[in-house]
Amino acid sequence: MTTGVIEGLPPDPILERREMVQRVARKTLDRRILVSKGMIGLCGIALLVGLVPLFAILYSLVAKGVHWWSLDFFTKTPQFPSLLDPNQIGGISNAIVGSLVIDGIAALFAIPIGIVAGLFLAESTSKFASLLRTTAEIMTGLPSILLGIFAYQMIVIGFDQWGIKLPGIGFSGIAGSFAIGILMIPIIMKASETALRGVPNTIREAGLALGARRGVVARRVIIPTAAPGLITAVLLAFSRAVGETAPILWVIGASTVVAWNPKKEMASMPLQIFQSATSPYVSLREEAWGIALLLVVVVLIVNLGSRLFAAWLQRERR
Amino acid sequence: MTERSTMVTVSAEVAGQEGDPRSGQISMRCDDVAVKFNGRTAIRDVNFDIPKNKVTALIGPSGSGKTTLLRAMNRLHDLTKGAVVSGSIRLGDTDIYKGGIPATLLRTRVGMVFQRPNPFPTMSIYDNVVSGLRFNGIRNRAVLQEAAESALIAAALWDSVSNRMKAHASTLSGGEQQRLCIARALAVEPEVLLMDEPTSSLDPISMRLIEELLDELKSRVTIIIVTHNMQQAARVSDLCAFFLMGNDRAGEQIEVAPTKKLFSEPDDPRTLDYIQGRFG
Repeated sequence: MTTGVIEGLPPDPILERREMVQRVARKTLDRRILVSKGMIGLCGIALLVGLVPLFAILYSLVAKGVHWWSLDFFTKTPQFPSLLDPNQIGGISNAIVGSLVIDGIAALFAIPIGIVAGLFLAESTSKFASLLRTTAEIMTGLPSILLGIFAYQMIVIGFDQWGIKLPGIGFSGIAGSFAIGILMIPIIMKASETALRGVPNTIREAGLALGARRGVVARRVIIPTAAPGLITAVLLAFSRAVGETAPILWVIGASTVVAWNPKKEMASMPLQIFQSATSPYVSLREEAWGIALLLVVVVLIVNLGSRLFAAWLQRERR
Repeated sequence: MTERSTMVTVSAEVAGQEGDPRSGQISMRCDDVAVKFNGRTAIRDVNFDIPKNKVTALIGPSGSGKTTLLRAMNRLHDLTKGAVVSGSIRLGDTDIYKGGIPATLLRTRVGMVFQRPNPFPTMSIYDNVVSGLRFNGIRNRAVLQEAAESALIAAALWDSVSNRMKAHASTLSGGEQQRLCIARALAVEPEVLLMDEPTSSLDPISMRLIEELLDELKSRVTIIIVTHNMQQAARVSDLCAFFLMGNDRAGEQIEVAPTKKLFSEPDDPRTLDYIQGRFG
């Protein structure tokens, strides 16, 4: 057994190499640090370029929108301004209620369908699952206005072909919920598949090895383990849906009164932005900024809330 | 136990060293080392010297902070948010935290082998072995070739891979992959090699091979090994440090002694309890 260097022996190739590695590493260190700093700088610039438009949008929203927020804004319905009082334009309570009802009903059917389908995608290896996955991917990329046309045909005017007869129920909140819900399903599906696949296989197998059926393992082990991810998936899909305009553009009827009944014509916030912004009245056009800001704040709260809740759930478990 | 003790004695004699392995040169030195994560202490009161060209084993039950201490020795906690290492860990004369040495340079001097084999999945066997050298700016082909051969021979892998260096690392068995990772760590010629339970995911034959390797490797590099396997610690190490989790769930150093002494007549009754399997 040899130990280290012994005086008088020829140079040890290992020690020579150790010195060489240290020498080169030290010599190239400055250059490597410089390159590293340059790259970090580039990352920073890219980040800045990406953030500038974002903050510009937020800034103009707040600057032009926040002064529209008043008690009237939240509690009254829209009215056309008169010449005498050009700023008397009422509020958007119809749109707030409309968004609440339409998106609420959409979430009610889209969340369970989306999660169950996501579970199927995560757990099944069948051909049908991959077909479903591809379909969901295509659907998330679909121009959302197509969903509006679909809802218009199916719900508003009704369907009468191939012996299938669906009576149309006219312009209604439910038609909007249908379009928004169909928009949400593939998003929830894909995101919950990712969350469910994140559950380590060993945990899945631990359940199966105890004699549990796959459904039981999914319900009692996998879904609870993936819960933070599932909640994030659902809320992100929801906040995306809240801002969608195209699917509801011509199916909800754009009512100007507060309607809680989803079978009636309704209003919604994104649609209200569109209508106010294209109105001939200056004050209504300006008010659109206030509605837009409200929409952004809602989306922000849902997003932040989902993240905080998921983080809290994660912490609770440790 | 007798057979193992004999083995330890024999290797001590071969190394020309009766008694304490700490009587020679010191490679690393821990003074009052503690590691905290977000204010919670994972290990504290670590005070011992790591003898050069010896194998030092860190043993103790789960949660006693062995791995945390090992990872502090090449500053792997630097990237963990909320991790604070206090006290001083020195490599030679350099304080590795306050001595102004860049972490990257430190890690060329203090290498590491992990619990599970982790060869780079996109690289060939050869590229894996020389990756550390390339990362540090060494491009000379002859140098790389020579270093790769030397490291692979040292890791007892040369014979089985010398004719398929371009093959993917994933074509190797688990044991071979782990020896590839040892070769990869050795190729930059570190002074110290940290090993975090390097055989715990391997079969007994691969484990035996790596254990035998350690005895030869220590002429080249100082080895610090974390192991859950006390027989392994008894078989491979010259010095043994024993850790336990205290009442506040923080790991503490209980006893550091030459392996033979720690396994035959430890000073602390808790060490005796542990090595006799009364807890942990």
